[in-house]
Amino acid sequence: MSGPIIQIQHLSKVFGGGEGAVRALDDINLDVMQGEIFGIIGLSGAGKSTLVRCMNLLERPTEGSVLVDGQNMTTLSEKELRQARRKITMIFQGFNLLMQRTCLKNVCFPMEISKIPKEQAKKRATELLELVGLGDKAQAYPAQLSGGQKQRVAIARALATDPKVLLCDEATSALDPTTTISILGLLKDLNQQLGVTVVVITHQMSVIEEICSRVAILDGGSVAEMGDVQEIFSNPTTDAARRLVYPGGIAPAQFPASTRVIRISFNGGTAYDPLIASLAIDCGVKVNILGADTRNVGGKAIGTMLLGLPENPNEAAKALNYIQAQKNITVEEVPDYHE
Amino acid sequence: MSETLIALFEGWGFTKVPEQISYLSDFGGIAFSIWETIYAPALATLFAYIIGLPLGIILVIGEPGGVRPLPKALMSVLNTVVNLLRSVPFLILMIVVFPLSRLILGTSVGTAATIVPLTVAAAPYVSRIVEISLREMDRGVVEAAQAMGCSPWQIVTKVMLPECRPSLINGATNAAITILGYGAMAGAIGGGGLGAVAVMRGHGRGQKIVMYVVVIILVILVQIIQSIGTAWSVKSDRRINPTETKRRK
Repeated sequence: MSGPIIQIQHLSKVFGGGEGAVRALDDINLDVMQGEIFGIIGLSGAGKSTLVRCMNLLERPTEGSVLVDGQNMTTLSEKELRQARRKITMIFQGFNLLMQRTCLKNVCFPMEISKIPKEQAKKRATELLELVGLGDKAQAYPAQLSGGQKQRVAIARALATDPKVLLCDEATSALDPTTTISILGLLKDLNQQLGVTVVVITHQMSVIEEICSRVAILDGGSVAEMGDVQEIFSNPTTDAARRLVYPGGIAPAQFPASTRVIRISFNGGTAYDPLIASLAIDCGVKVNILGADTRNVGGKAIGTMLLGLPENPNEAAKALNYIQAQKNITVEEVPDYHE
Repeated sequence: MSETLIALFEGWGFTKVPEQISYLSDFGGIAFSIWETIYAPALATLFAYIIGLPLGIILVIGEPGGVRPLPKALMSVLNTVVNLLRSVPFLILMIVVFPLSRLILGTSVGTAATIVPLTVAAAPYVSRIVEISLREMDRGVVEAAQAMGCSPWQIVTKVMLPECRPSLINGATNAAITILGYGAMAGAIGGGGLGAVAVMRGHGRGQKIVMYVVVIILVILVQIIQSIGTAWSVKSDRRINPTETKRRK
């Protein structure tokens, strides 16, 4: 991995003006490294789509700069920008294929735009369709394909101009889980085989876990947290990150509001049962398991568990001390659990 | 044969039957009127598309947020002109445009002369029809084209027009039929064709049989145009009947 391929500095985007102005993005700073799969996650309205559209200048930033491969996109003329966009292509949630063209002609389209000779374009398009596993669908029309196949054609089309970066705007959000996995697998393969940098925009944690090495969490138009996927998922420090990592899946329990609730994270290697069991045996303290979850992040199991401590303050403190003494476990209190 | 026919029609209460039968038996005369009815509107449709297609495209791509936004003032002028021309009743428009026909063709009577007012009336109509078709265009596909580095011209010629082709063909069918109707109306005030025959003979001279026959011919013409247009539109659309497409190959 070498230097950054996308550098975003102090980027802001304001829609409208005067009283009704909406600040969709606010002072975003982030670097996407060459050859990585970078994730941008956030809830709807967080500004993800606007951010990705600022990368290829489909949206013009109000302030700040966007450098792609060292080139400042915001200062390019319309013509230069069209040229630059061939190096940073995009796939979409809705696939956006040309419905009146065959798959082959769809993949040829960007090459037609950049005036590549027809025969050469056709040859390359055929290779690309093979690459995405649709060699036999060259003469089919998009209406004859399934959602997953359409997205494969869109990926082949996006690769036609040999881009350095592939932007994926909710590319799997319209697909079923199995198809999502296969499309993500394809993106991963292409990233490894072709070295194309991939930027993934999504609202699904599972997508980030599946393929991203680094992630930025977007919340209310700014970057709430950014870093290694494993690090952020095992130990989210901001509210926005916690909301995504523990998406409302923990049901409120019926027990006294005076009990303290803690969240513990296992950073790989440890299993649940021994801890809870040994807590009972060693300290004679019983805790309530309010919720638990395990995620597979980059091949490493990351478990989290929500525990309700005993009502007796002494027992609670004893349990807390015991857990804190364990290796590979981080503990934090959840003060707002009862709210 | 003709005597039985005459007796039959007279039995139904028609008058002046013999002269009507003899007029209708003159195949050349009727055929010429049909030809006039077709060629003037056909040419007018062509000219209306030469003006209306680019105008319709501009109405879509030129608006704020369009593919190639144009000055707001220009857009409101274009919209006003289109609305203005569309709100003038065709008969009035034809009379107003007579001087223009004289200027271009040297005459303001006859079938050829109706081409000018037909075009003037149809071009704004066509521009709206084209506009409606292009507005059906999926915004996402246009965005994808922009993301691939398409110029506005390429988006229009390589994305919008081909993608909207089935709808544009349906629109053209609709426009052609409307213009055919205008053409028949033009017959009333100096144009030629079946419209003139229906008005002058059928209404003016009380030749009702001629009038009915003319109307039936017009109905058949409209049916033919509509059938061809619909079939062409369906056949050219790759979104529907994918299995059909597969079988054809």
